[in-house]
Amino acid sequence: MIKLDGGFIQNLGRVYGLYTLGFLGFVILMAIFEAAGVSNTVIGWLFVAFTVGIYAMIGVLSRTMESKQYYVAGREVPAVYNGMATAADWMSGASFIAMAGGIYLKGYPYMAFLVGWTGGYVLVASLIAPYLRKFGCYTVPDFIGTRYGGNLARFCAVVILVVASFTYVTAQINGTGTVAARALQIPFELGVWIGLAGILFCSMLGGMRAVTWTQVAQYIVLIIAYLIPVFWMSNKLGYGLIPHFAQFGAVERVQELEALLGVGSMMPTAEAQAEAGKLAALKVGINDASDSLMAKWKFFTLVLCMMAGTASLPHVLMRYFTTSSVKAARQSVGYSLLFICLLYLTAPALATFTKLSLLDPNVATSIIGKSVAEVSNLEWIQQWSNVGFLKVVDGNGDGIVQINEFFMRGDIVVLATPEMAGLPYVISGLVAAGGLAAAMSTADGLLLAIANALSHDLYYKIIDPKADTKTRLVVARIMLVVIGAAGAFVASMKLTGILGAVAWAFCFANSGLFFPLVLGVWWKRANRAGAIAGMIGGFAAGAWYLYMVQFGGMTPWAGIDGLRFGMIGMPVSLVLMVVVSLMTEEPDAETQKMVEEIRVPSGKTVVQQ
Amino acid sequence: MSSKQDEHWTKTKSLTTTTLVIWAIISFVIHWFGEGLNSDAFPGAYFMAGMGSQVAFAVLVFWFASRQNQIDEEFGFGEK
Repeated sequence: MIKLDGGFIQNLGRVYGLYTLGFLGFVILMAIFEAAGVSNTVIGWLFVAFTVGIYAMIGVLSRTMESKQYYVAGREVPAVYNGMATAADWMSGASFIAMAGGIYLKGYPYMAFLVGWTGGYVLVASLIAPYLRKFGCYTVPDFIGTRYGGNLARFCAVVILVVASFTYVTAQINGTGTVAARALQIPFELGVWIGLAGILFCSMLGGMRAVTWTQVAQYIVLIIAYLIPVFWMSNKLGYGLIPHFAQFGAVERVQELEALLGVGSMMPTAEAQAEAGKLAALKVGINDASDSLMAKWKFFTLVLCMMAGTASLPHVLMRYFTTSSVKAARQSVGYSLLFICLLYLTAPALATFTKLSLLDPNVATSIIGKSVAEVSNLEWIQQWSNVGFLKVVDGNGDGIVQINEFFMRGDIVVLATPEMAGLPYVISGLVAAGGLAAAMSTADGLLLAIANALSHDLYYKIIDPKADTKTRLVVARIMLVVIGAAGAFVASMKLTGILGAVAWAFCFANSGLFFPLVLGVWWKRANRAGAIAGMIGGFAAGAWYLYMVQFGGMTPWAGIDGLRFGMIGMPVSLVLMVVVSLMTEEPDAETQKMVEEIRVPSGKTVVQQ
Repeated sequence: MSSKQDEHWTKTKSLTTTTLVIWAIISFVIHWFGEGLNSDAFPGAYFMAGMGSQVAFAVLVFWFASRQNQIDEEFGFGEK
């Protein structure tokens, strides 16, 4: 063992530096194994076992029975490391697995997600996070419950938190199942339960403390796994050393090819599309028509919903409760965004280079323009067709693959890129480990947010205020297992795709929580009745609208579809909260003083627990 | 509330407002007129969403954090 002078916190740089080197060493070892003829399945298993084993070990080493450690990691996480942990917490299976595919298939309109999921942090930094840190709460409903007073306000916040986070966590457990099933060659349902076991190992014994230090480790794995293939492709295709700069030339080439191959003009025939089912062909250019009023409106509404959702999702906000000061919380938002951008700036480059690998006739791996027989014989095409991720349908029967005859699921842009670009299998194993890290780290944070709200707010604050620390922490762990199992059960029924459920979670959160949180800090006059009306009204309006559009057959109003139902919930929440607050008595002097206190960074936290 | 606290809050509010105005321009105004960034040779809207906005947000958050810290220290509200 390495000898550490001082505690763990003083040696973070060394610990994670060694860990990173160890992981890179492991990747090299796997490359040597591959060269020595070890089978792909064994390499896949080793990748998953090694990384998940390390997370579980960190989880066990960070076990604790102190409530401050369990709920807020002892409030001693440095800004940079909290930034990394937040980035892992934040970047889910959707960011890692689905985002590049979305950009690939849908181009510019899809990039509203990138703008929304980064810009939301400006709201987190300026409106909410530092003030909640000064407040000193353990959970987000803890703030709502104390600021507005009363069990009903707290209970409403718990319900919204549970609905939003649970929607999100099923998507993540689904993601772990997809990746595990693929890397380990096991059935999806089994993958889901194995993923859950890993997730619980990381969070159960040490709560926030364990989740924090595993998330840092998971960030390192996921970012290495995301960047290496893109750097490799950029160089292999000859566009330059750094993909982020090389993509300028690559995008120019993609636009030439779009004109050449008929992207945007050659649509799949109805029969071909029917045969391909939910899989999609490439139908739009990367920067196609964005100048209609409707296109602008859709971009605007999606950006707004994702931003407000970012600023109201409890599993993100609670990460900033763990920093050592208000100042550190603010800086930590900056670091979070920096670490997130590292991946988000790479996603468009990945989409572009994948496109070139498949479309450019000058590139050996391309498939468009080749004969159907030849393409169908490629190993990766067969593998991914077998699991229903892609399909070649010769719509016009000429025996040649055209742009409108190749159908795929967006997810394969990340998952299959190493194979389609002809990279060694060790890179596929690395990507699987990265996808697993992304989905697991987000699931950890979400499960903990739900379990903590149920144990701290519902059980301790509402049901049994006299419960001792030990009982509370035991309840918290039971909740983790129960919620995790419920999430895995729902995920194993495969109800939604990864992204649909993720966007819903953002809209549930912003419909119910955004204004009660923001106005709780910024408007002293906001009171209990207003907050309750805002939470119930906004959440109910949003949920009703989602139900009607998604399942009730209602035509969306003004292009506001199921991804954007926060556009209905948020205004309802704001209006109700303001009107009801003004119609009822202003908060008492004590509450007003509390609001004044959270606006000053120095001094003790408002609540002491 | 002491006048020192009042003044601190006024400055904080004005910094937050400035930050949010810049945020709204990067998030909404630029992308609403996104096609203005496009030319035949360069898909400007695509690169603004894929790179420009993100980098601008990161810079904005760090700038905001350091400005707010200055304000806190000016009034003696900074933390040790």
